[in-house]
Amino acid sequence: MAEKQPIISIDHVSMRFNLAKEKHESLKEYFVALMHGGVHFDEFFALDDVSFDIMPGDFYGLIGLNGSGKSTLLKIISGVYKPSSGKVTVRGTIAPLIELGAGFDMDLTARENIYLNGTVLGYTPKYIDSKFEDIVEFSELRDFLDVPLKNYSSGMVARLAFAVATITKPDILIADEILSVGDFLFQEKCERRMAELMSGGTTVILVSHSIDQIERMCNKVAWLDHGHLRRNGPVAEITGEYRKFEKKDAMPAKRIEE
Amino acid sequence: MQSLKNSFASFWKYRYLLQNLITRDFKLKYRRSVLGVAWSVLNPLLTCLVMFLVFDSIMKGLRGEGIPNFAGFLIIGQLLFNFFRESTTMAMESVLKNAPLLRKVYIPKYIFPMEKCCFALVNCAFSFIALVIVFLITWTPVTWATAWMAIYPLVMLFFFNLGIGLLLSALYVFVRDIMHIWEVFCTLLVYASAIFYDPETLSGIMQRLIHINPMYWFITAFRRCVLWGEGLDATMMVVCFLCAAVSMGLGVFVFKKNQDKFVLYM
Repeated sequence: MAEKQPIISIDHVSMRFNLAKEKHESLKEYFVALMHGGVHFDEFFALDDVSFDIMPGDFYGLIGLNGSGKSTLLKIISGVYKPSSGKVTVRGTIAPLIELGAGFDMDLTARENIYLNGTVLGYTPKYIDSKFEDIVEFSELRDFLDVPLKNYSSGMVARLAFAVATITKPDILIADEILSVGDFLFQEKCERRMAELMSGGTTVILVSHSIDQIERMCNKVAWLDHGHLRRNGPVAEITGEYRKFEKKDAMPAKRIEE
Repeated sequence: MQSLKNSFASFWKYRYLLQNLITRDFKLKYRRSVLGVAWSVLNPLLTCLVMFLVFDSIMKGLRGEGIPNFAGFLIIGQLLFNFFRESTTMAMESVLKNAPLLRKVYIPKYIFPMEKCCFALVNCAFSFIALVIVFLITWTPVTWATAWMAIYPLVMLFFFNLGIGLLLSALYVFVRDIMHIWEVFCTLLVYASAIFYDPETLSGIMQRLIHINPMYWFITAFRRCVLWGEGLDATMMVVCFLCAAVSMGLGVFVFKKNQDKFVLYM
């Protein structure tokens, strides 16, 4: 049988940032810096030469401490960032659930936002029409449909966003710590929905700080440490090691100072 | 060729987003105002009334004699210039304003300046009701044979605006001074666009200066079609087209070259 093609291949990806202190937002700042002995950059690698493949149907967990580069990697996969070097190849459609509520306009009502956010994700209005009932049903917000979003609680916004993003059957679902919002009943419902999508063949990438959740849901894990890929593979071995991880063992981030 | 095809495919995919954003802007613009959409007509009408009063009485000497139907002359200049100013100013801020979204989801970034230019076009279309009202009040005869040609300078102006908007929105991400510079520049441009005077009465050098201003050409072309019933000659058409093409070329080039860096600066 032919080898299955990875749905996402991450190939020697590095992401380099210039540190914020050298950002010039006005001409004056820039010229002042230029006079004071030139403009220099402090470079910092949020990701350093990361490579791994994600196969269709995987439920991939990303773990690591704060600032280890998890969100940066997700943003590169979803196309928000272009990597400084290396290449990411994605073979399929992506539904990003990165920080829920992106693409919502707080002044509009929930009904209007369903259409706005749906089109942000690239759906057609006709398609949204046909799924409108499902979205309302899933988010349990029928009574608040014509209320502006600014009057919603953050949990309600998250519910709406999750419902909109998962109405379609995307090839890849990217979820960045979304399941930490909402009450436990809704969290269970989200997990069920994600499991449902997975059985339909969707590949999921999940970032979470809850190791229990990763162990419960994922089959593979990648462990990032200050931009380096420390381990990746089946869940059980890696989470075990991750639990025993101590700060002193961390790999230092790569930086270049000029 | 292939990349052009891809760009178009991605634009086609996001056309509903464009449409939804325009609707949103329109809804939010008039939310909580009593007269609502009527302001789209009232605003230019009242602005023109003020300008008319100023230049028809207090500063009559400034505008020069011999402009028949000054009210119609004025409102055309005013409306088109407003279209230009609104498009470019809104487009300039659009990319940065949508930073929260662009940092999280992939959307083609040009959608935002483009949306603002389309929104300004919609506003402009509404404000043409004001133009009709002025024409009715002053009982100006309209030569229909040439009036429909006004579409041409309008479309060219739209692309001209879009090009400038793309350019400004890209620069604005990196250097915020642009906004202030542009504001002052627009004020200067008002006086150099022959909105309330007839450039033919000016001295040679001033006239030449005004002739290098693209806005002068768009406004004059529009007036020739609607107000003077002269239609467009070849020079007019070529100049309008060139202005739009150069602006689009420059805007698309700068925007495309820099768009991958935007996220890092927002």
